Amino acid sequence: MKVKSQVSMVFHLDKCIGCHTCSIACKNIWTDRPGAEYMWWNNVETKPGVGFPTQWEDQEKYHGGWELEDKPKNPQLKLKLQNRLQTFANLFSNPAMPTMDDYYEPWTYNYNDLFNSPLGPDQPTARPISRVDGNPIDIKAGPNWDDDLGGSNIYAVKDPLLADMNPEDRQRLFSIEQLFYFYMPRICNHCLNAACVGACPSGAIYKRAEDGVVLINQDKCRGWRMCVSACPYKKTYYNWSTGKSEKCILCYPRLETGQAPACFHSCVGRIRYLGVLLYDADQIPDALKVPDEQLVERQREMILDPFDPKVVAAAKESGVPDGVIAAAQNSPVYRYVKEWELALPLHPEYRTLPMLFYVPPLLPVLNATQENGTQRVETDLFSSLEKARVPVRYMSRTLSAGNDELVIKAYRKMIAVRIYKRHETVGDVTAEEAKAALEKAGMGAEEAEAIYRLTSIPTYQERFVIPPYSREGDIEEVYDPQQRKAETGFGRRQAPQRGL
Amino acid sequence: MTDILLFVVFPYVALAIGIVGTIYRYLTNQYSFTSLSSQFLENDLQFWGSTLWHYGILPTTLIHIAGFTIPKVMAAAHGTPELLYLSELAGKILGIMALVGAGILLYRRLTSSKIRAITTPVDWIILSLLFAQVFFGLILAFAYRWGAAWFIFTATPWMDSLALFQPAPQFVTALPLAHKVHFLTGFLLFALMPFSRLVHIVTFPLSYAWRSFQLVIWTRRKVV
Repeated sequence: MKVKSQVSMVFHLDKCIGCHTCSIACKNIWTDRPGAEYMWWNNVETKPGVGFPTQWEDQEKYHGGWELEDKPKNPQLKLKLQNRLQTFANLFSNPAMPTMDDYYEPWTYNYNDLFNSPLGPDQPTARPISRVDGNPIDIKAGPNWDDDLGGSNIYAVKDPLLADMNPEDRQRLFSIEQLFYFYMPRICNHCLNAACVGACPSGAIYKRAEDGVVLINQDKCRGWRMCVSACPYKKTYYNWSTGKSEKCILCYPRLETGQAPACFHSCVGRIRYLGVLLYDADQIPDALKVPDEQLVERQREMILDPFDPKVVAAAKESGVPDGVIAAAQNSPVYRYVKEWELALPLHPEYRTLPMLFYVPPLLPVLNATQENGTQRVETDLFSSLEKARVPVRYMSRTLSAGNDELVIKAYRKMIAVRIYKRHETVGDVTAEEAKAALEKAGMGAEEAEAIYRLTSIPTYQERFVIPPYSREGDIEEVYDPQQRKAETGFGRRQAPQRGL
Repeated sequence: MTDILLFVVFPYVALAIGIVGTIYRYLTNQYSFTSLSSQFLENDLQFWGSTLWHYGILPTTLIHIAGFTIPKVMAAAHGTPELLYLSELAGKILGIMALVGAGILLYRRLTSSKIRAITTPVDWIILSLLFAQVFFGLILAFAYRWGAAWFIFTATPWMDSLALFQPAPQFVTALPLAHKVHFLTGFLLFALMPFSRLVHIVTFPLSYAWRSFQLVIWTRRKVV
């Protein structure tokens, strides 16, 4: 057993209100630069919808992620993009490269027009101009272009995941009364088997051993752009100005100083949880080779119980510091992912072992309105999954590689918690009903209470359990401070300017 | 005197600038080592231009280097008329591929306003010089045929003499103007390498052939 630690994340989609505060927090800190305007290291998508970049989930188009070799005996994992030889052959023109048209052309406005236009009968307007070449443009797409357009026959209908739903469910998604959509914030998943790392010809992308953050070494990146194609989540971006690829860094400078990443910290709905997971790195190769529908369970198996003395001993032996083990024991992510099995990884079928997990959204609850538009709260509103509007098939295609059971199990628990708390706080649900719901979900009252607490009223410290990094200690161990005194400080001090 | 300047002094200066400059840039500003791809902004012409260019120019350059370093092997490789004919044909096809590729890339850069916006002056210089270099190379190939044969009795001894620090410019000074231009542009391009995106040549990611797919790096490394 080789125990490694990973700073992991849970996004509780039931709580996401789609306000995009996370995206703005990230943009203001990291990507407000020439060449990076179009990048959204954090973005919030309306689902069903096309996403960003357009139809990123269509891997027949983008060739992202890994796939198992198509042979019965001992199939190996390979990049869907290309093998090593093809990497060299395609070095000069990347065959599956999304272009700016798949994202959008960044623009600003010519505000001078407002001041300089001649006197006339019309209000002056500021024309949109491209941030690339400065020419006037007609805006055809932008960030969150299909925001809130779930049920749209122009956008949502192009969602690649709708293809394998039965026609009845699909129809439901597009009728006004029964329409269902939800918001899905996305950042880099900091995968255990990252496809971007595997595809990088220069070897510039790596996983930090301490916390599992996946980073691109900007000095080593040569701009071959294979990571952009290989990442199935399209979370590496090519900076067209500097000629380097960039991605979410999980705000590691903030993590190292004990702060939650900006998107986590600023989340208005408090949907985000961050904590350490201990996992067995020896199990990775096997966990990647199981059939699609077993991928989530296999990934959960890899995640180790931080309270198990054997795991703790093995972790210490593998070099995991005590502080990190303690953080793993307090991790909200561990509870959502492993203990309660409420949170599921995004598209596990890409076989990258993503370490960002989503609690599926339950709202809106009702399947359809009754006559005269009213329902009896105690029997209808929280009663059952069968009456909920959620298309389970769509959720399972998103979060469990098509395994409906896992999604249903999570939903049953979420519904049971509601019924249980309704009984406790309002009292219009009987104790028997509450007990029956808990039994159906296969959990006790204690667990329901714990889920309720961490979901509804968690404190900042409960949501973000950041492991101690003690960076200052590391630096002192490595360098003699006296020797560093006369130098510039911590590494390079050059502005990231485009080379010649 | 001019011949000494052009075919002895200039090559040495160009090589020194190219080698020292590239190493210096690598050591001081590795961040700037990238191909500065513009495929993200324009994909359709890029495929034809870049693919034709690179698939044409890389073998051509390697064949040139082989002509300098292993002339006997190269001479043997076109020892019979059939082989000579074949290598002549292959060289011309590769050269035309490179020329068409460079032409497409030049056209693409001239016509796309997005690409123009991220093009630096040195990009224009380099791309024009590369186009000219291949153009003159093809003039040599077509106007002075059987280059595979005469190459190793003119350019090779000259380059060898430079490498051995016993410069013998007389091997090339009597050649026609097109040859001289081709030689000098070659050295000029080499000298321009550290000042342009040409540095991406030395970053060819060979190690990808054998490295493991996943890379895990400890930030904390106990040195002391």
